[in-house]
Amino acid sequence: MTAVTTSISTSRTGDIGAIGRGDVSARPAGALADVITIAGRALRAVPRDVATVVPAIFIALFFFLVNIATLSHLTEGQIAGFNFKSFELPTAILLGVTGVSRAPALVLDVQDGYFDRLLLSPVRRSAILLGHLIADVAVAIALIVPILIVGLAIGVRFDTGIAGMLVFVLLGALWSLAFSGFGYAIALKTGNPAAVNSSFLLFFPFLFLTTSYVPKEQLSGWLKTVASWNPVTYLLEGLRALVYRGWDGTRLFQALAAVAIVGAISQTMCFAALRGRVKRG
Amino acid sequence: MSMQLHTESVETRRVTDGPSAIRTRQLVRRYGEVTAVAGIDLDVARGEIYGFLGPNGAGKSTTMRMLCTLVAPTSGTAEVAGCDIAADPAAVRLHIGVALQEAALDPKQTGTELLRLQGRLYGLPKAVARRRADELGEWIGLGDALQRPIGGYSGGMKRRLDLAAALVHNPEVLFLDEPTTGLDPISRATVWEEVQRLNTELGMTIFLTTQYLEEADVLADRVGIIDGGRIVAEGTPSELKRSVGADLIIVRVAGSASPVIAALDRVAGVIGVEAHGSEAVISTENGSSVISAVVVALSERDIGVRELTLRTPTLDDVFLELTGNRIADDASDNDNDNQGTPSKGTTDNREQVK
Repeated sequence: MTAVTTSISTSRTGDIGAIGRGDVSARPAGALADVITIAGRALRAVPRDVATVVPAIFIALFFFLVNIATLSHLTEGQIAGFNFKSFELPTAILLGVTGVSRAPALVLDVQDGYFDRLLLSPVRRSAILLGHLIADVAVAIALIVPILIVGLAIGVRFDTGIAGMLVFVLLGALWSLAFSGFGYAIALKTGNPAAVNSSFLLFFPFLFLTTSYVPKEQLSGWLKTVASWNPVTYLLEGLRALVYRGWDGTRLFQALAAVAIVGAISQTMCFAALRGRVKRG
Repeated sequence: MSMQLHTESVETRRVTDGPSAIRTRQLVRRYGEVTAVAGIDLDVARGEIYGFLGPNGAGKSTTMRMLCTLVAPTSGTAEVAGCDIAADPAAVRLHIGVALQEAALDPKQTGTELLRLQGRLYGLPKAVARRRADELGEWIGLGDALQRPIGGYSGGMKRRLDLAAALVHNPEVLFLDEPTTGLDPISRATVWEEVQRLNTELGMTIFLTTQYLEEADVLADRVGIIDGGRIVAEGTPSELKRSVGADLIIVRVAGSASPVIAALDRVAGVIGVEAHGSEAVISTENGSSVISAVVVALSERDIGVRELTLRTPTLDDVFLELTGNRIADDASDNDNDNQGTPSKGTTDNREQVK
């Protein structure tokens, strides 16, 4: 109430001459500047919206530590030379970053009308989506690093050294980017927050019908068949190779290919949804 | 310094004889079988405030969304600030500022962040965007609230921040879609004052849609009345009101008002009578000299008068004459919070006789 009263009394003293400055005129900012501006806004919103990231990192660390306590003894006793902590770290990373994106924020922009404000500006339409996706990569890296630190703290060691760790983080972030495309596609297609939240369901087949908890050889029947078709299986193998197999070109290529295939599908979907959303006809 | 800038602005922008700021020809927008806008011709001069008045669903917002490049026309042509909205929408966006009906704000940003970001989206260098945010923040007078998240702002504060965001890049043409809908009377008056200053002191062309007669009357140099997707009348508020007579006598009767037409057929000074339900609208050149004759004529025909009002015409009367409906009923149905708007211009011009 006080703020309203103050605003009315001071509005009459505002310098309107400055509003009409001749040295201020709009121009296209450029593709890169557009993306940076949108990404910057998306990133600034993360600390104000911690509920979108805290549960993800909590779940990842929780299951990482609980699974180690539950399954280490069992698996290491079954397989000679097997280190469950090293095996499980990539699973924890994917649990942490899969499905974490600014898609729910984008759908709120659509609902609040802020998306229209963006469309009314000269900003490139593709930059609206690219900016969010780049912000998601940054958020994913910020989520991976603490999980990685916990892994190192409990004894996980990388055969590929620091360079391997960097590739590990990058692969995890690229996976996050690939998966987040589905959330944006749903957000832009429906404009419905509930529908966006339901994209979380995709998480289960991708993350659990695979070698999340035991090596592929230990799987049996239909699950083994499904896992061999699941791209996450190859991503996990690539990540695990960096931890305890050394530089394995085949596994790394398969991991990258898996991310690229999922990413190509999801990004095609989300950019098609963007085109539909901004279509003026 | 600011006065000097202000003078320069007025000299360079207060041009009304040049090419139109907004020009449309047979602008049409259809949604499937529904025709929202059915062939609109507009010529809005530079430096003019043009009020687009009509009830909900008349086609106001669709027209504005086409002119702002959010929606493409189905057919017809339109230029805004000399740029074709269909062929070169990106150029149009550089020249216009828009405040949509619902303040298009991000509730999690602070007011200052939103204004700076807006500047960056329009290609302003970082330092200029910061300076503009400060200038506009001072102009709208939100004070320390600018450093707080927008989600906590009142409706009036949001609307004024939305207006400031529309001005960050110093647009040539400002579009305001129902700028005061849902605001309390004080906030409404503040927005009106700001809009008037933008026009009179900076010469900014302003296209505003409204369903409030008073708003169009007070703010607009010219008014276009839209109904069913078509412009049914256009002119200055005075011209439009003069078209229905100098004074109006409104008679409410028990039952149908149709007999009033015949009863007043031979009463001297009565220009015309229209009956709408239980209400008759009597146009006269001089209402005070005719009203007694009207009362006598109605009494002679045994027409029971419940209420008799003498007043000057409003834009609502113009709308009623043209369409057979009142805008005011629709506006009040949709905005119960807007009772008791402050008296400004020709608002409360009634003299009631019971």
